[in-house]
Amino acid sequence: MIKMPESTEDVVVKLLRLANTKLPADVGWALEAAAGWESDPTAYSQLGAIMDNSRKAEFLGRPMCQDTGLPVFYVRGKFDSSLAGEISRGLARATQEIPLRPNTVDPITRENHGDNLGGGMPIIHYKPTDDPFTEISVLPKGAGSENMTRLGMLDPAEGVEGVKRFAVDAVLDAGGRPCPPGIVGIGIGGTSDLCVAMAKEALLRPVDVPNEDPALDRLEQDIFVALNSSGLGPMGLGGSTTVLGVRIRSAYCHTASLPVAVNISCWATRRATARITAEGVEYHQGAAP
Amino acid sequence: MKVIGSPLGERDIRSLKLGEQVLFNGDMITGRDEMHIRALSLARGGGDVPREILGSVLFHCGPIMRRSGEGWEVVAAGPTTSSRMDSLEPEMISRFGIRAIIGKGGMSREVSEAMAATGCVYLAATGGAAVSLAEGIKKVTGVEWEDLGMAEAMWKLKAERFGPLTVAMDSSGGSLYENVRLSLRR
Repeated sequence: MIKMPESTEDVVVKLLRLANTKLPADVGWALEAAAGWESDPTAYSQLGAIMDNSRKAEFLGRPMCQDTGLPVFYVRGKFDSSLAGEISRGLARATQEIPLRPNTVDPITRENHGDNLGGGMPIIHYKPTDDPFTEISVLPKGAGSENMTRLGMLDPAEGVEGVKRFAVDAVLDAGGRPCPPGIVGIGIGGTSDLCVAMAKEALLRPVDVPNEDPALDRLEQDIFVALNSSGLGPMGLGGSTTVLGVRIRSAYCHTASLPVAVNISCWATRRATARITAEGVEYHQGAAP
Repeated sequence: MKVIGSPLGERDIRSLKLGEQVLFNGDMITGRDEMHIRALSLARGGGDVPREILGSVLFHCGPIMRRSGEGWEVVAAGPTTSSRMDSLEPEMISRFGIRAIIGKGGMSREVSEAMAATGCVYLAATGGAAVSLAEGIKKVTGVEWEDLGMAEAMWKLKAERFGPLTVAMDSSGGSLYENVRLSLRR
């Protein structure tokens, strides 16, 4: 663990405040650009309301959406076993201080303790590296979009066309429910569990950073064009802005499998990263590689 | 922009046109999954429900609230996904005479039929526009069923120029969502 200039708990509170109150610049610009293309008056009014809301949230320091979601944490670099406790304490404090909506409940009794904690919460993905820093990213994800998640174990014979069709159908069948226009995270390959995790992690890559793999980059663009030509539009009320970006992550898979997962995010794709070194903490919203 | 206010009569509701944008003034209540379940189970058992539900404007919303002196302050209050209440809403509409539902994403054909039968509309609020929409809520007049938690409780609100809201499902079976769905290019 890196020697901390401030407590990790404090860093987590600041991260959650940043992610919930300020839209990442790439998402903001994508919305501005979309509003410039929209000719449909209903679509234009929806985009206008979204941008207006985002500016007010940032100015007032309030969460941009009442569904502050379940925050998913991604930790990279050097850390030790104390980190999970620090993140939990930071999340419980942020729930009071910002405030965040207490969202976590027991899945059977639906009991809510009001602190966004509980069995298995919060979700933290760890990636230890030898880098001279600890990096914590957070992706708060609302349920409207999360509930639209799909996993398909396709036959390898369905190929890239099958992947594309599966992703397009997942978004169009979801309609207005996940608050479009957002970002579509897609996992291709791996096992079922890895595939779903990749679909979500894909949302961390900003919409202005192209995929390093030329084939996946092309597939992202193909799906982007197919979705934005569909006519679904903002909030599913019609128009030419259905998604702001399509982000793919892939892994090798079994020769008999072709797993595909789709994890849609809403227009309020919220993310923030803190890189902690011995010198200090740097915050940004351009996410981890 | 047209302003509509509570109490809303059947004629007010039936005069609203698909695609029209409106602002809302007056009383509304919030309700999500748990509020629907509790209201219906009380009513089916012959019990009483809070009177504010009758003839209400029902906002599908789980707000962020903050204590403010004796009362509450709305921090953020955007719409939640309405389709989760698809299986419960027809009975809510017919039992309690709900006049308008404010939500996002639209509702099923069965809900649309229940709306047409009694005179109810679905008003789409922009999903996620929680700070702007909270500005249109001037007062929290009360809360029922707080044991359900902040998101699921039934909040009683006083709105002023709340919106903009789009008439996305009218009281004669029309639905913008259905129109868009039927013309999707896949």
